[in-house]
Amino acid sequence: MKADRPSSTLMQRALPVATVIAVTVVVWYLLCIALNSQGAIERVLSNRPGWTPADLVATTWSMERPVLPAPHQVALDLWSSIVDWPLDSPRNLLLHAAVTAQSTLVGFVFGTLFGVLLAAAIVHSRTLDRALLPWIVASQTVPVLAIAPIVLVILGTLGFSGVAPKAAIAMYLCFFPVTVAMVQGLRSPQRIETELMHTYAATRLQSFWMLRMPAALPYLFPSLRVAIAAGLVGAMVAELPTGAQAGLGARLLTGSYYGNTVGIWSALVLSALLGLGLTAAVALVERLALRRQGR
Amino acid sequence: MNARTAGVGQSAFTVALALLAGAGVALLPASRGAEPPTLLFCAALIATLLLGAWSVQRVAALERPRWAGSFSAVLFGLWVLYTWQVGVVAFDVPRVLLPAPLAIVDSLFDHAAMLSRDFVQTVLKSVLVGWALGSALGFAVGVAIDRLPFLQRGLLPVASLTSTVPLVAVAPIMVMWFGFEWPSKAAVVVLMTFFPMLVATLAGLQAAGRLERELMYSYAASYARTLLDLRLPCAVPFIVSALKVNATLALIGAIVAEFFGSPTVGLGFRISTEAAKMNMALVWSAIVVASVTGSVAYALLVRLERRWAFWHPSVRSR
Repeated sequence: MKADRPSSTLMQRALPVATVIAVTVVVWYLLCIALNSQGAIERVLSNRPGWTPADLVATTWSMERPVLPAPHQVALDLWSSIVDWPLDSPRNLLLHAAVTAQSTLVGFVFGTLFGVLLAAAIVHSRTLDRALLPWIVASQTVPVLAIAPIVLVILGTLGFSGVAPKAAIAMYLCFFPVTVAMVQGLRSPQRIETELMHTYAATRLQSFWMLRMPAALPYLFPSLRVAIAAGLVGAMVAELPTGAQAGLGARLLTGSYYGNTVGIWSALVLSALLGLGLTAAVALVERLALRRQGR
Repeated sequence: MNARTAGVGQSAFTVALALLAGAGVALLPASRGAEPPTLLFCAALIATLLLGAWSVQRVAALERPRWAGSFSAVLFGLWVLYTWQVGVVAFDVPRVLLPAPLAIVDSLFDHAAMLSRDFVQTVLKSVLVGWALGSALGFAVGVAIDRLPFLQRGLLPVASLTSTVPLVAVAPIMVMWFGFEWPSKAAVVVLMTFFPMLVATLAGLQAAGRLERELMYSYAASYARTLLDLRLPCAVPFIVSALKVNATLALIGAIVAEFFGSPTVGLGFRISTEAAKMNMALVWSAIVVASVTGSVAYALLVRLERRWAFWHPSVRSR
């Protein structure tokens, strides 16, 4: 019985996902034919009389500036940008991914720290709890990302450039969800547990570190996953209006200026991979931390 | 009991005192930028702000009346605005850095016509169409694949993973496909709102309890009857929360998509171009419009939730 369990989970998990992905790729190729055929006939095949439908299909999958590039074109573009150019060349997409990842991570670390500190303050202060927390919760319904251009202008006039403004935007997007979740988590210990700490004559600091903080971890990590995704969007949006030379957001913008569709798609794919990678890293940390706790 | 009422009276007194002091300081010429701030003015301002902080603390400490909590939040917001206004004017902070709240209100009224056109373009066209279409599609696909567990197992992980992907980044592609006008923004919003709704619908359809399902089975209820009378009603709370999440996502998506290229109208366009022109008061007023829209949409959806999901424990406990 046990021997066939891995294969059954494989059947249950991997096969459906693989099917969905395969269908997506097939639909993508078909869409390429549909969307690119007009351009292919006008721009390429008009010089070549007597073309067959097979020519048309082949052309739609290999055009220079297609409406929708075929998956293999995007993959090749991504691969060649990574392999053919040195790591410090602006043509290497990994460099841009690294730039974006750097500002995301710096913002994420500071945003998380700030969010946790703020949550700790809110839990211990009735004034902050009743006067400040409602504003933080309400700010979740507001498109805070729209403030990004203002933050860029303010930090720009104050003389900050480089990572700092982008990290600042990633940071303020990160801290909202972390604060809200941490307040919930730090309050999650039951009354009986806080009273036990009280009978041990534990100080506030001790009961914070030994009771509240461990109890809050299961609340913290899901919010960290939300935060890093928000931080990545923030970092990419922050790269738009500055005329930044590097970063995935800047790549997207230059791609759209020059009508370089394949370039946009490879930047898009890489930013998706970056998002998945960053979230996976947070999930890994979560697993290690919760395992140390014995959960 | 006596101590409590005394607490209310005392707090009301501190609030009144702080507001009076605030009004007094606001009337000084330095607060209106008529003369440079003196040391005495700074001392008076700091004393007033301390008084204000103290009054917020007193109100927050009250157990009753029940609205004391929200009142302290409002009071705190007012004091923040007050500090912002008086500080910016008195210490002559450059307008590029931070315009005073009253300057923002001024520009809100001065550019009311323009901002209302931006509102129509971004909110009523891109956001509303995209949000409704994306949510409806997510719901429809969720219900459609309800009987296909194979597809569900395949789509659910993919749909959940999209929350970690910066979907806004498809904006330049959508601009290429659908042009600069609002359909390209609506397309971005559709893509951003589709997956949360799909995930919520699938989760909601699984939410009906075993007991209730078996009851329907013992009634020999058909699949459609069970779906309509039991499983869809059980899914409503999930669907409404997805609608709420999607409202914020849609607003963000439409505004950011306009950063990538738009006609010369729209909240996102206004924010990015006026920020480049250093006309910060107008940028702030565009943000005020967007924020008020977000909060109002959220409040409306909460009312909808109360009407549709009044039976759910999370709604009843409020």
